[in-house]
Amino acid sequence: MNNKLYDRLIFELSSPGRVGYHLPKNQFPHHELRKDVSRTKAPALPECDEMTVVRHYTNHSGNNFGVDNGLYPLGSCTMKYNPKINEEAANHPAFVNLHPLQPASTVAGAQALADELKKMLCEITGMGAVTLKPCAGAHGELTGLMIIRGYHESRGDFKRTKVLVPDSAHGTNPASAAVCGLDVVEVKSKEDGTVDVDDLATKLDDTVAAMMMTNPNTLGIFEHNITKIVEMVHKCGGLMYYDGANLNPLLGVCRPGDMGFDVIHLNLHKTFSTPHGGGGPGSGPVGCRKELESFFPTVNPYQGNFLVEMRAWAYILSLGYEYIKKVGPTATLNASYIKAKLQDVYELPIKGLSKHEFVFNGLTDKSTGVTTMDVAKRLLDYGYHAPTIYFPLLFHESMMIEPTESESLESIDGFVAVLRKIAEEAKTDPELVKTAPHNAPISRVDDVLAAKNPVLTYPENP
Amino acid sequence: MHPFFPQTSDDIKHMLDVIGIESVDDLYKDVPDNVRLKKDYDLPSSQSEIEIRRKLAEFGKLNKQLVCFAGAGAYDHYTPAVIPQIVERSEFLTSYTPYQAEISQGTLHYIFEYQTMMARLTGMDISNANMYDGSTATAEAALMAVASTKKTNKVILSDGIDPKVKEVVKTYAHFHGLELLSLPTVNGATDFSALDETLAQGGVAGLIVQQPNRYGIVEDYTGVADRCHAAKALLIINSVAADLSMLKTPGEWGADIAVGEGQSLGIPLSWGGPYIGYMCTTEKHMRKMPGRIVGQTVDQDGKRAFVLTLQAREQHIRRQRATSNICSNQGLMALWVTIYMSLMGPQGLKEATQMGCDGAHYLHDQLIATGHFCDAFPGQEFLNEFCVKYDGDLAALQEKWVENGFMGGVAISDDTVMFAVTEQRTKEEIDQLVALIS
Repeated sequence: MNNKLYDRLIFELSSPGRVGYHLPKNQFPHHELRKDVSRTKAPALPECDEMTVVRHYTNHSGNNFGVDNGLYPLGSCTMKYNPKINEEAANHPAFVNLHPLQPASTVAGAQALADELKKMLCEITGMGAVTLKPCAGAHGELTGLMIIRGYHESRGDFKRTKVLVPDSAHGTNPASAAVCGLDVVEVKSKEDGTVDVDDLATKLDDTVAAMMMTNPNTLGIFEHNITKIVEMVHKCGGLMYYDGANLNPLLGVCRPGDMGFDVIHLNLHKTFSTPHGGGGPGSGPVGCRKELESFFPTVNPYQGNFLVEMRAWAYILSLGYEYIKKVGPTATLNASYIKAKLQDVYELPIKGLSKHEFVFNGLTDKSTGVTTMDVAKRLLDYGYHAPTIYFPLLFHESMMIEPTESESLESIDGFVAVLRKIAEEAKTDPELVKTAPHNAPISRVDDVLAAKNPVLTYPENP
Repeated sequence: MHPFFPQTSDDIKHMLDVIGIESVDDLYKDVPDNVRLKKDYDLPSSQSEIEIRRKLAEFGKLNKQLVCFAGAGAYDHYTPAVIPQIVERSEFLTSYTPYQAEISQGTLHYIFEYQTMMARLTGMDISNANMYDGSTATAEAALMAVASTKKTNKVILSDGIDPKVKEVVKTYAHFHGLELLSLPTVNGATDFSALDETLAQGGVAGLIVQQPNRYGIVEDYTGVADRCHAAKALLIINSVAADLSMLKTPGEWGADIAVGEGQSLGIPLSWGGPYIGYMCTTEKHMRKMPGRIVGQTVDQDGKRAFVLTLQAREQHIRRQRATSNICSNQGLMALWVTIYMSLMGPQGLKEATQMGCDGAHYLHDQLIATGHFCDAFPGQEFLNEFCVKYDGDLAALQEKWVENGFMGGVAISDDTVMFAVTEQRTKEEIDQLVALIS
């Protein structure tokens, strides 16, 4: 990333008559589309030569920051290294031009690869069956809940409309439940950050369809009562849903299936190293116990985001059984080291073991008035992405840090040194931190203006 | 050691010392023994890049590359060489959702351009940052219609909608508690004669139609928007994005929501994904729209900047009361189609569509001329996709085509087949395809 803003829009580079395309000569007789079903005027798309387009987007890439630029400690996002062999796989010419409705005999290689990936994901999660259709994590959650509802309905049990969700859960959990037509009931956390089993007990009855859990939870804490929780929910007839957002620290340690979960989703763009792409395309495969397989709903007409699946396949092969098992422990080691190095200057609200991520509640010294937002913005000046901030909602100044296994000791030490330096700056020059960033392409943006006076498109006649 | 793991044994020892523990396993003391994994995963052993390439080549050989005359929602359009080169740039590829606007202007900028281009292409006021694919975008539009209208839980689907899309809408509708009604087709096109009667049932949030429809037919929606609006229902039009370079737009037809599949804007077939769903609507329905939205604002120095906005609709703020559970999009695919539209411009987009349209009519006429094919829906206008009936063994003919390297359309019944033609098909290919009919 540079600190120069390349700020023009492609529409501002357009000049009537310029073209950026070159098509073969049309060899066919002209067919004039009926006027009454034709558009009256051409869409006002940019008219640019090829190099203008290339330079425009190349320069824009310089206003972005990716994992390849530097440490990206976004909690619950697992911003690990995205191996380049994955990209080579996804761009392989023998796969990219296959039509999704081609006869099975002509796509045997693609099918074999998809089947192999399913098998590998079953093994890693301890599940009996996997569908690759869901296109993202939230799509997977919705798919998983549909499986659960479908199962209950198949038994003629229509009263199970409640989904239990811990208060520390990702926001998509309750939102997915609502889209699936289910009611959300929140379960409290105890002071140590884990699910309050007593509170859970009061919410269990024959209207519970499922409980959704992330383990380790969004505080990075392993739900040590998991066996008991699973027992309680199963006993009342509900199913257990595993949100795979935080699966990374468990690779090599334990499997959702062995913990007793019935349905899970994975985020191939987190745990399995496929690039986040500025928000997608991801892939959210869903696994379940074999006997629930018949309830897989149709949430995508084809095989989901196949080229993303190819990347995950390449990643798993690259690691193999020898290295996949090192992912979890190494990610946890990296996170625990950062926590140990910083807990004197940043407030650690929950002590004890944590896994791949942990949460600080802002700076220990609150007297400076420097907030988590300020620290996050100041980090950008030093060439680091910010952690996930103001989530989980359990604390006012949450700062959720997840370094992943990809970072070297030197890289982590650099990050630690900068966070310590910012804590120092907060004391000696708080204004500097409060007005950060100073070294990014732009200064802090006015979010309120954007929402109050929405400008969502560029005007046709500016 | 492995290239993805930088930690040496000295590094690990140092880190353990700082944490104050003996072994990495001490960090997992809180994981009960009964759930611990006590064996190696049953997975292949670690493969080098050379071996992975070899494996890809082996699988690749099992696929057959066909000259594509199939569509049915996924089209073999041209991808300019520029696009993959730019999209693979690390700064775009390896970034997260643009939460930190100050270091994400690249992503925010192209999404704003994407939203503008899609609004202009569909003739609507605004667009979201995109959705998973055309089928889920259509399902989300049905949910949005219900959320935008009072006391409704019914949505009318035309039988002209692609059954694959319909299946996904049905899935969402079932679990969300929506009732789906239908409108029949006559000679392949939606028959609106029963529309008023269906709307009069009450509780109808919207009508969804597809243009061109599942048979490739270009439908006439004259008066349909007014009839929907009179019943306080929304009109939702699903279209193949690239076709809108020629077709009367959803905006011109008076639609409230425009959705569809954007794969036709230069995205490779990719065996079904990743593609990109689009959703555009009117200003009026802005705050009910699902998905991410980018808006223009200024930074502290008054410089124009872009940021994720209208987040009060979303799951991380509203949780179960959010307009949708969607928290991502097909990010990079928005960049893909934005570059496509930037290169093609208004003329290129139209020229490519016209070429497919002309090629399809040529293929149609050649097929009819064999004497073995007749129109499945006589007299209907089509763009680049059409249905014909065959007087012989269709399955055998399609198999023969495959043996000769062609995907000869998509069979929609035992005797009816749908062909699509894009700017990538040549006259020679069409003549070869037709010559294989005996």
